[in-house]
Amino acid sequence: METVLHTKNIDKYFRNPVPFHVLKNINLSVKKGEFASIMGKSGCGKSTLLYILSTMDRDYEGELFINEDLITGQDGDTLSRIRNEHIGFVFQFHYLLSEFTVLENVMLPAKKLARKSYEEITHDAMEKLRMLNIDHLATKRASRVSGGEKQRIAIARALINDPTIIMGDEPTGNLDSYNADNVLDIFRQLSDEQGLSLLIVTHDTEFASKTDRIITMSDGRIIS
Amino acid sequence: MINWQVILSIAKTHLVSKRKQTITAGLGVTFGIGAYITLVCFMTGLNGMLDSLILDQTPHIHIFNEIEPSQVQPLEQKFKEALTQVHSVRPKQRKKNIHNAFPLIQNLTNNSDVMAALPQVNTQIFYVSGAIELGGNLTGMLPNEEVTYFNFDKYIISGTSQALENIPNSILLGVGIAEKMSLSVGDRVQISTANGTVQPLKIVGLFQSGIAEIDNVFSFSTVKTVQQLLGEPKSYITDINVKLFDMEKAFTLSRKLEKQHNLKAIDIKTANAQFETGTTIRNLITYSVSITLLIVAGFGIYNILNMLIYEKMNDIAILKATGFSGRDVQYIFMSQAIIIGILGGCLGLVLGFLLSLAIDNTPFDTQALPTITTYPVNHDPVFYIIGIVFALIATFFAGYLPARKARKIDPVQIIRGQ
Ligand SMILES: Nc1ncnc2c1ncn2[C@@H]1O[C@H](COP(=O)(O)OP(=O)(O)OP(=O)(O)O)[C@@H](O)[C@H]1O
Ligand SMILES: [Mg+2]
Repeated sequence: METVLHTKNIDKYFRNPVPFHVLKNINLSVKKGEFASIMGKSGCGKSTLLYILSTMDRDYEGELFINEDLITGQDGDTLSRIRNEHIGFVFQFHYLLSEFTVLENVMLPAKKLARKSYEEITHDAMEKLRMLNIDHLATKRASRVSGGEKQRIAIARALINDPTIIMGDEPTGNLDSYNADNVLDIFRQLSDEQGLSLLIVTHDTEFASKTDRIITMSDGRIIS
Repeated sequence: MINWQVILSIAKTHLVSKRKQTITAGLGVTFGIGAYITLVCFMTGLNGMLDSLILDQTPHIHIFNEIEPSQVQPLEQKFKEALTQVHSVRPKQRKKNIHNAFPLIQNLTNNSDVMAALPQVNTQIFYVSGAIELGGNLTGMLPNEEVTYFNFDKYIISGTSQALENIPNSILLGVGIAEKMSLSVGDRVQISTANGTVQPLKIVGLFQSGIAEIDNVFSFSTVKTVQQLLGEPKSYITDINVKLFDMEKAFTLSRKLEKQHNLKAIDIKTANAQFETGTTIRNLITYSVSITLLIVAGFGIYNILNMLIYEKMNDIAILKATGFSGRDVQYIFMSQAIIIGILGGCLGLVLGFLLSLAIDNTPFDTQALPTITTYPVNHDPVFYIIGIVFALIATFFAGYLPARKARKIDPVQIIRGQ
């Protein structure tokens, strides 16, 4: 099976306030359609790794490949485009543009990509909202919806450009168990039905147990 | 590739949702530009009026024959080697007229830089009416030419300069003299010259220059009348007033004339040096006040945009995380600044136009300036172009620095900071 993402010997250091070797020789790969989770103690470097994999953090050693293309060393504009086209990111805190409507939030990455007409983008965005059962919120302002709803909107936004991989940093960490289960179900369904690849950081063992593979980290290393 | 539609729609949403800040920043620009337009239109209007008051009537070069003691005294000619000392040197008795005036005028008229060279005969006289005798100055001139080249009729408040030409032995009197001697158009005034001739002249008009020293002393007649009055021949001319096509050439030409003809030739800049300084200072004040206002407006935009960027840190991080590049983010904030600049600037132009229109229609009654009824305003479209260009430049720079900061924001830091 083809891999959508893999890394070769990634190392990362923080220099402030003291030199600190935070990621040590990370070799990792995610296959197409795979739903993987990352677990590990607080402070072991999960978020740091995810920021590198999502191309937002460029300050590391080693190599990162997405769809077998070398990402490491590309310039900022190219990385922005790769992020726009290939990566859907879901944060722990529901990061939405609060002054825009729900629909506009979902549409923005597609408008930036500009591969489709506005009508098509609107149609696709509504489709994603409907799939996540929040289409009735489309015209509401993003600041006026609940936390669980916000997280589903963020997932819809991550899906809008049909990305190669969805990454999440504790996307259920801020939700009650009902909403957390709901988000897990959505991810599971996306993986099973649409063959989407997912890489999700979580502290929730129950969540992790329902994923295809658990990657365990400790002290900046992948241990299993 | 830059997707302006998306960038502008995000910028618009930010501006609309932060309506209060947007309006505050916009009004700063509006008042800055409005004040600039008002000030500059009013000030240049004022300058223009003062210019025309003095410059229109002032010859670019004034040629006359100044009485001064001979540079070389006869004694010195005789004893060239000796050390001579002559006390109490007096000027030689000689006539005030310009030698060979008409050939000189002809010569000047043929010069391609010269628009017109007009002869005048100036003389000291007394105005006599009954028992009153007032000292004064009578200028003989060519009325039609003076009107054409020096706007002479602008200050005639009753009668016409044409009548001066048509009616023999006529005079145009300064209002000050007319008032003092209770004379009006149609009356006669006795003129007595220095050599004792007394001649009645018919008053065909009154003029008011606004400058009391002139209105109380001067009066005008034709060259011919004054020559006859003085008993001088047709060649007797005391002054030549030259108008050039280009005022800037006055200085060089006047120097040349002095050298060639052994005459006094004063150019307009030398004659009105203090006036030139006044214009420069008024312009300086106008521009420094306007620029200060615009800089203040620029700082307003800078502050508000800076604040906006602090408030929008999360938005910036989200935009970058979802694939907007640093440049996109920079353009989003730059467009906000420029939209504020365009809207505020255009409103400022309208405000400035209305204010200067109001000034233009404010009555301005002054004895000194009889032909002016409202405050002078110069509605030159160039000021409006400068105004809007300046608004755009100021807002561009006010937006540039904060927007660059937004471009450099590291989304990872913001996301971690939560
Ligand atoms: N900007 C930074 N400068 C210096 N050290 C940092 C910085 N960011 C994170 N660290 C350190 O790097 C280590 C890894 O941080 P990271 O956020 O990746 O941990 P994590 O595994 O995501 O933890 P958690 O489960 O609590 O989110 C931590 O010890 C943290 O203190
Ligand atoms: Mg973390």
